[in-house]
Parts: sequence; C-alpha cells; structure tokens
Amino acid sequence: MAKFIQSLANGLNLGSIYALTALGYTMVYGIIRMINFAHGDFIMVGGFTLFYLIPVMLKMGLPAWFAVFVAIIVCVFVGVMTEQIAYKPVRGQGSTTALITALGMSLVLENGALVLFGSAPRNVPPMFNLPAVAIGSVTIPGTTILTLVIGIVMMLLLTLFIKYTKLGRAMRAVPEDKIASTLVGINVNKIITITFAIGSGLAAVASMMYTTSYVSIKNELGITLGLKAFVAAVLGGIGSVPGAMIGGLLLGIIEIMVKVYMLPGTYEAVTYLILILVLLVRPSGLMGKKVNEKV
Amino acid sequence: MLKVENLNVHYGVIHAIEDVSIEVNDGEIVTLIGANGAGKTTILHTITGLKKATSGSVTWDDTNLLAEEPSKIITHGVAHVPEGRHVFVDMTVRENLEMGAYMYGRKDKDKVIERMDHVFERFPRLKERQNQLAGTFSGGEQQMLAVGRALMSDPKIILMDEPSMGLSPLLVQEIFDIIKEVNKQGITVLLVEQNAKMALKVANRAYVLETGKIKLSGDAKELLNNDDVRKAYLGA
Repeated sequence: MAKFIQSLANGLNLGSIYALTALGYTMVYGIIRMINFAHGDFIMVGGFTLFYLIPVMLKMGLPAWFAVFVAIIVCVFVGVMTEQIAYKPVRGQGSTTALITALGMSLVLENGALVLFGSAPRNVPPMFNLPAVAIGSVTIPGTTILTLVIGIVMMLLLTLFIKYTKLGRAMRAVPEDKIASTLVGINVNKIITITFAIGSGLAAVASMMYTTSYVSIKNELGITLGLKAFVAAVLGGIGSVPGAMIGGLLLGIIEIMVKVYMLPGTYEAVTYLILILVLLVRPSGLMGKKVNEKV
Repeated sequence: MLKVENLNVHYGVIHAIEDVSIEVNDGEIVTLIGANGAGKTTILHTITGLKKATSGSVTWDDTNLLAEEPSKIITHGVAHVPEGRHVFVDMTVRENLEMGAYMYGRKDKDKVIERMDHVFERFPRLKERQNQLAGTFSGGEQQMLAVGRALMSDPKIILMDEPSMGLSPLLVQEIFDIIKEVNKQGITVLLVEQNAKMALKVANRAYVLETGKIKLSGDAKELLNNDDVRKAYLGA
C-alpha cells in the first residue's frame, strides 16, 4: 500500500510538470488551432536561462527563484519572435504547413542550443529548499506539492482570464470566427501574438518546476518533454485548459505506475499507445468538445 | 457619406471588381443588386478591409478606409453584417452583443449598457434568450442577433450582406422591416441582396452589378420598373 501511495505521489510530481507543459500547448491550440511543437523547446530555453542566471541572482544577494522572472521575459521574447518570424508568414496556408514549420522551429531551437551551450548535461542549482511532507511511511517532496499548487493556480488563472476578461473573450472569439472578430474591432494578429506571449510565459514557469524536480538539463529536453505534454494535452482534450491539467496528471501517474508495477522499460511505449488509442477512440479527448467541421 | 471611386479588386489573376464607383449619402438606403458571383460581397469586404483593393479609393466622410487597419474600421461608425451572419456560435446571445461593443473602453461602460438596452428593446426575443448559445438559434434569429451586434457599436452606416438569405418569406419581410426601421433612426444602409425585388422596394437608390462592373444605377423605384432589370433580376 505504501509503495502504491509513494508511486502515486511520484506520478503526481511528473504529471504536474506534464500538466504545466500541456497548458502551454492547449492554450496556443485553443486560440490559433495550431500545434506549436516548439513549445517544449521554449521550456529548454527557460531551463538554460535559469542555469545561467541563478548564480547571478545569488551573487546579487537575491533569492534564486528571482531568475524565473528573467526566464519568463526570455521565453516570451523567444516565443513571440518564433511566431513573428516563422509562423506568421505561413499563416493561412493550411494546418500541415503550420505543423511542419513548428517542427522545423523546434529543430532550430534544439540545435541552436547545441551550438550555444554544447551537448553536455548541466545541473541547474536548486531554487527552493522545501521540506518533504511525511504521511505515515510515505514522503512527498515539497517540490511535488509546489508544482501541483502552481499548476492548479495557473489553470484557474487562465480559465478565469479567458472567461471573464475582455482580452480573454477576444481570445475565444478569434478561433471561432476571424471575420466577425475583425468586424467588431479585434486585431486578430495582435491577439495571436499575445497568445504566444502567454504560452511562452507558461513555458518559463514549467521550466522552473522541471529543473527543480529533475535538475539536469540539456538541449534535447524540449523534444521529449514536448511530445509527452502533447500526449497529455490530447488525452485531456486539446484546447481545453482543465483538460490539459487532468491529462498531464493522468499521464504522469500512468507512466510511474507502469514503471513500478509493469515492465519499467515499456512506459514510453504505453504513453504513445495512449495517444494512438485516444486519437482512434475519442479524438476530442476527455474534456474536449466535439468539433464539427464547417461545410 | 461613403464614396467608392474607381475600385479595382483582384483574386489572383481574376479581375473581380472593375472600376466600380458607388456613392451612399447620409440617411439613404442604397442597394447593390446582381447575380451570384457579380462581386457584391467583394465590394463590402473591400470597404471594411477584409479584402485588399488593387486600386481605387474608399472614403467615409474624411477617412480613407483603405488605409485603415481592418479592426479599426468599426471605430469610424462603419458596421458590417456579413453574409451568413457570422455570429459567435459558442457564445451566448449576451456575449455576442458584448462582442459588438468590443471597441468601447472600460470608461464607456454606461454607453455599452445603453446600447444593450436599446438592442433589447428592439429585439425582445434576444433579451428573453440572452443566456442561450447563439449556435442554437435559427437562421432568422441569428440574423437578428447579427444586426443587434452591429447596432451595439452605435454605427452611422451599416453594410448588410444578404440578410434575407435562407429565410422563410415571413422572416424576409421582418428583416426588411428591421432595415427600414434602422434607417429611420438615422443610420445609413448599404444593402447587398439577391432578393432584388425586396431590396429595390426598400431602397432609395440602387446599383446593378454584373461580373464586377456597374451596369446600371439610379432611383430604386425606377429600376424596379426598368424592363432590363425586370427581365434579368426580377423574373418578370
């Protein structure tokens, strides 16, 4: 029993990182109907920013986690530049073009980081010194709880923002009807840029939680993490903010359970099997709504 | 006054609009009639910036609309009810109307409330069903919502694109009554219609568009009795 609960806690830890990453995917998809495969690489960019800036913060006598604010600025900058330079010119040329462009940008960022930072893994200094919580014989690391709390807070803020603010309402209007949005006075390009800025800012927060839990980063971290988070977003229902959260947590728990109770080497196969099954059986995911193609 | 001068619009190599000039005076209802594919919708889309012109000019009072950012057009008092209504189907009726007031800032809250009351007064049905999703509405109700949404911005001119399309005869009459009423409140109307008979009946003046060119123009009642127009567009 203790083993099960411990695994569950570990699963929640992994899952909450997937969830934070999936939030960025789903946010961009929900507004622009585009899978931003470079999202995972934004997290890698955030990771390297933290790696280089935490020592600077400490030297200046500031708390280490202040580096996150700089990481947010760097990620937003990289995200908005990616959108302006790569995605905007191909907008309106079909979803396949957008998808391939996103994959291309992911490779550009991954290999750009290889040139800049090399291929050796780096250890990001710790930002938080949180006590673990012991429940009976089970210990839950403080970072797990922090990651979960941050994930839930982000989810709630995003949901409220999209539902109740004017900007959020414009963000819902744009994917529904670009013509009507323009006619009522929404600058569609501006809304898309803002969406990328928010998605990239979320990537910086995800990079903070990733490095807190897993310490080691390298230029390739975005690809794997991004793909997993993509599966999580699809499982939860891509475009749905609560769906990303639920899909992320579920996927994390499933992966750990497979590792502990089944063949440890097969957990990634299970992840992608889930992706295939969801796409076959329920492409709209757990929380997504059915999209009727307009004729 | 809306003035379209020597407008040319292309879709790739296709010359969709050729040297079209149109004038709409304040307080008028002007209709643009013509067959499917004549370019009526393209003209409206060019006026509100949804489609880029190749050459020519579109001026509204003293503003060169072709130089405006499309999302800014509505702030000049130019509203456009597009073909096929284009309501936000996943939003409630109330949210749709609030979207119509998107251009207002935080300090114009009272204005938005006043506009909403105004729209609800004219369309009590929208008020009754303000929390219903617009996607569950019938075509006629969506059309009313689309007009209501346009009225939210307190426009000086409304461009209406095929408002009667796909509606039952009873609803068609209702829509044209609404157009007349909107106009009586001092809003200028540029109406694009395939239902030429109804359009000519409500309009002051009309332009007949054929494959991207203005073929005829003049007083709407005169065109209604013009033999060529009757043969080509009124089926009589």
